[in-house]
Amino acid sequence: MSVRPTRARRARLVEAIMKVVTGACVALVIGTALFVLGKIVAAGLPGISLDFLFSKPGMGMRAGGIFPVIVGTLMLVALTAVLVLPLGIMAGIYLAEYAPRNLLTRIVRLSIANMAGVPSIVYGLFGLAVFVLLMHFGKSLLASALTLTCLTLPVVITSTEEALRQVPTDLRQAALALGATRWRAIYKVVLPAAAPGIVTGSILGLSRAAGETAPILVTGAAFFLPTLPNSVFSQYMSLPYHLYVLATQVPNVPPEITWGTAFVLVAGVSVVSMIAAAWRSVQRRKVKW
Amino acid sequence: MVMSAVLEEVAMEAPFSGTGRSRTYAEGAEEISGSFSLTDVSVAYGNETVIAGVDMLVPSRAVTALIGPSGCGKSTLLRCFNRMNDEIGNVRVGGTITLDGLDIYQKSIDPVDLRMRVGQVFQRPNPFPMSIYDNVAFGPRTQGIRKREELDAIIEDALRDAALWEEVQNHLKKHAFELSGGQQQRLCIARALATRPEVLLMDEPASALDPISTQQIEDTIAELKDRVTIVIVTHNMQQAARISDQTAFMLRESMDQPAHLVEVGDTKRMFTNPNDKRTESYITGRFG
Repeated sequence: MSVRPTRARRARLVEAIMKVVTGACVALVIGTALFVLGKIVAAGLPGISLDFLFSKPGMGMRAGGIFPVIVGTLMLVALTAVLVLPLGIMAGIYLAEYAPRNLLTRIVRLSIANMAGVPSIVYGLFGLAVFVLLMHFGKSLLASALTLTCLTLPVVITSTEEALRQVPTDLRQAALALGATRWRAIYKVVLPAAAPGIVTGSILGLSRAAGETAPILVTGAAFFLPTLPNSVFSQYMSLPYHLYVLATQVPNVPPEITWGTAFVLVAGVSVVSMIAAAWRSVQRRKVKW
Repeated sequence: MVMSAVLEEVAMEAPFSGTGRSRTYAEGAEEISGSFSLTDVSVAYGNETVIAGVDMLVPSRAVTALIGPSGCGKSTLLRCFNRMNDEIGNVRVGGTITLDGLDIYQKSIDPVDLRMRVGQVFQRPNPFPMSIYDNVAFGPRTQGIRKREELDAIIEDALRDAALWEEVQNHLKKHAFELSGGQQQRLCIARALATRPEVLLMDEPASALDPISTQQIEDTIAELKDRVTIVIVTHNMQQAARISDQTAFMLRESMDQPAHLVEVGDTKRMFTNPNDKRTESYITGRFG
């Protein structure tokens, strides 16, 4: 009888301490994130104007806007999306719906998981060796988009596979029992049900691609271009690389230009992610099991 | 020995007293279709034989109930009728199953075609995440029917047959998930009927439903059996007695040996005067 109350008191104490410690960790994380975002908004927002968004950089990047930089980023991400989405989603469908469960597919899955962990500069060097040099695409939008495709592919494949696996087997069975082929069951029933997850994963992957600097640095992003890219073989300007240039390569850049560029990049990625999250929650409410 | 005696008995006792069979004869012989014949059917998962030596006839336009304790392979046997076992890896089906004389496991048979003739309703309601209309239209569209008026007519017929039309006729565009569990299951029945199957397989279709919904499903089955052969798996003996014309009792006596068919025959006879002691013990609730 004398031991128990002491134990209970200790347990309560540990409970209270752990609650505070875990809570403090969350506060630290959120605080850091808010501080970073706050700094970008506070320092970047004053620099944002229509003129900044729609004019070319001037005076050796120390004046003017970032129009070609925004356009280059959009073109790069769009081209990457065109390449990675069909490939990644199809591969995800194969792995989730058709692939037998054996040693080979286990190895394939493991390789895909490992691909996601490869540092992005390694992808950059791979892109330089294969797409720029070996395939003679030169430093270009195409070479960079292909490099970013390799980088994003594991995210798209994995999220597609996960999303498809969440769809109950019952639905596939029902479709097959109605005389549908596997593909018809997938295309008409399983894919629509998995769409929210696939879209979220794809956007996540593409957001990451949009913010990558190392892979594009060596495969096609330009320091400065007087004209917009006019084909997939053109070089281009891009937000993350431009930011790197402003921050480290050009002396005496007005801070509102540097921070304004950062603000545009972060805002663009966040807006797209938020739209995707909102769309997904609408879909979730509609589809329940 | 027991098996062949049972088979003979089925042959002698059918047609069942006052059920669909005699009526369909009256409508014309060529309309009789949707009868299965099973000869020495076995099922193996990998190296383990789980069902062996099943011989039985499934008469056209009647309800056949498969009963037996949990794990006796009723559902597995049911999935042999539309080759849904093909979709699970590592399953082998032995023996012969014919649908109106056609061996459904021969090479030239595409399971996709077979499943348009042999529909299935599952244990848990599994409507597709789409509108009521699109759910029922799935089968006909798979068959290539695109014309709006034609689809409308098929969908109305199917929903009427499943006793759901009155409730949903003004809400066909509604999402299927807004329906109650019982309504969802009747929607699944309508969806299966919309492909105009000759046989409808039902795997414990009411086990996830409340008593009133169960009653509605049973009424639907009674309505349907004039037009379609029904094979129903049920663990509910009263249900088997109420709705079926023929009952097949399956049993797996130990985990070392495969399940087999103990007895098959006219439902009334089987529930009042079973031939086998084990059948009697099971239906009187002594085990299972």
